[in-house]
Amino acid sequence: MGQILVLAEHTQGTLDRVTGELLAAAALLGEPAAVVVGLPGAADALLEQLAESGAHRVYVAETADAEALLVTPAVLALDAAVTAARATGEVTAVLVNASIAGRETAARLSVRLTAGLINDAVGVELIDGVVVATMQALGGAYIVQSTAVELAVVTVRPHAISGQAPAASAERVDITIDTAALPAAAITAVHAEVVARDRPDLTAASVVVSGGRGLGSRENFSLVEELADVFGAAVGASRAAVEADYCAHHMQVGQTGVTVAPQLYIALGISGAIQHRAGMQSAKTIVVINKDAGAPLFEVADFGIVGDLFTVVPQLIEAVRARQNA
Amino acid sequence: MNIVVLVKQVPDTWADRSLRADGRVDRDAVAPVTDEITERAVETALQLKELHGGSVTVLTMGPARAVDALRKGLAMGADAAIHVSDESLAGSDALQTSAALAAALRTVEVDLVIAGTESTDGRTGAIPAMLAERLALPQLTFLSSVTVSDGVVSGIRSVENGTLEVRAGLPAVISITEQAPEPRFPNFKGIMAAKKKPMTVLTVADLGLEVGEVGGDASWSRVANVTPRPARAAGTVITDDGTAGAQLADFLAGAQLI
Repeated sequence: MGQILVLAEHTQGTLDRVTGELLAAAALLGEPAAVVVGLPGAADALLEQLAESGAHRVYVAETADAEALLVTPAVLALDAAVTAARATGEVTAVLVNASIAGRETAARLSVRLTAGLINDAVGVELIDGVVVATMQALGGAYIVQSTAVELAVVTVRPHAISGQAPAASAERVDITIDTAALPAAAITAVHAEVVARDRPDLTAASVVVSGGRGLGSRENFSLVEELADVFGAAVGASRAAVEADYCAHHMQVGQTGVTVAPQLYIALGISGAIQHRAGMQSAKTIVVINKDAGAPLFEVADFGIVGDLFTVVPQLIEAVRARQNA
Repeated sequence: MNIVVLVKQVPDTWADRSLRADGRVDRDAVAPVTDEITERAVETALQLKELHGGSVTVLTMGPARAVDALRKGLAMGADAAIHVSDESLAGSDALQTSAALAAALRTVEVDLVIAGTESTDGRTGAIPAMLAERLALPQLTFLSSVTVSDGVVSGIRSVENGTLEVRAGLPAVISITEQAPEPRFPNFKGIMAAKKKPMTVLTVADLGLEVGEVGGDASWSRVANVTPRPARAAGTVITDDGTAGAQLADFLAGAQLI
């Protein structure tokens, strides 16, 4: 059975949730192993957690530059870990979180290893000994399955993989990297997002409430947030609403924004250009409220209301609250 | 400062795009446009040139008609264009595309390579990072703002959970987000001037690559199959008679969504 290397992500001594997901994905393909990049001493706190999450081996690259250089420490560590792992057997895949930094790390690693890059997988499986990854393309309009020639470098979308790898021994293997060997940008300051995140992440939420141009103003957009909070939902927006500055850019759902696939998607005042539809059409249930009966989004609605959202939505909020309190 | 901007022609995201059975975007079905993010990259380059002098070259890889994306960059104010064009490149994956673009970048003197973060069709965001790796240059990607002074490029990197301040000495590879400045519209004078600006066409042989290294048949990642998502069944649409909000709550309760 081939080894599957996973880039572990961790924050202040705790594994990030996505690392467990990556190890669970790895267990579907072969023998999971983790690669830890961190400041000197960082791995000690992680070994037990990695054992519980199913890592058979843990390749540890500790360097004082781990958090001071952009992307390159992880690239060098994965490269060194693949070399070390090959001494003990075949490596068939490297799995990395499909975050911005993760995708860039995977891209560079694929160049270093001359290995096929597969991006943003929502599922992985082993078919006849070959790693097959499943992706959504063009905003979820297509399901695509891809393979790589020999070693596959795969980025995996967070929240896409469920399940857990069986616990393993997490045998520590220290590896050395020379961060000076690769030109890199220096990280001179880090500013964590300060906004209180009491709403779920847009890509992971089971309910998404989105607003469009029909809201009319930034002030009125708070109605979208109010409805979202009734459902414990994430807040999204159409490109038109973002361009009209009703809300922040990162909330944009669509071909040039985020793709979502929640259990329930409620669209308020969104006409439903292809641009938007492509980002939400894989939602299980779609509700559309728009005063224009000709809005194209009604074509994909499971339940549509032609009406004024400023009267329908408050009534909906009241009715949902009444049921929740009953 | 010599700047090279990567531009890309993509199918219009405002139209209904489709995938062919081999997993490639059907580029004949939808009108091609210059990817907006790459126009912002051109704008960023032009503003840096206005501040620091030097030249701006636009570079693309694509079929003959991709020349339109280069002409637009020239009309906006770029000084020269490079078109990597060869039938054998069709179907290249990111690994092969980055090899061809890196080879093209090696044919010119460059202090700063500017790209968009990711194209609207492929959306892998891999190319800028791959170019940094191939050219052994520092990578400063996903920048929402960028400044250059005294041979140092710095900017704000905008990621999922916050921002990072990053910096590196030139030469470097950067990519810019949709927060970069709005692209200027080419004026008539710019469009006329573009026709006289140098346009270099480079083939696979010019780049020193082997035909067997590029193109879909030699790619390192392969599409095994493509399935369109099934069309949705039609639902219920009602006109508000004063009780629509309550009816919707009933529907959601029936579907066990509340």
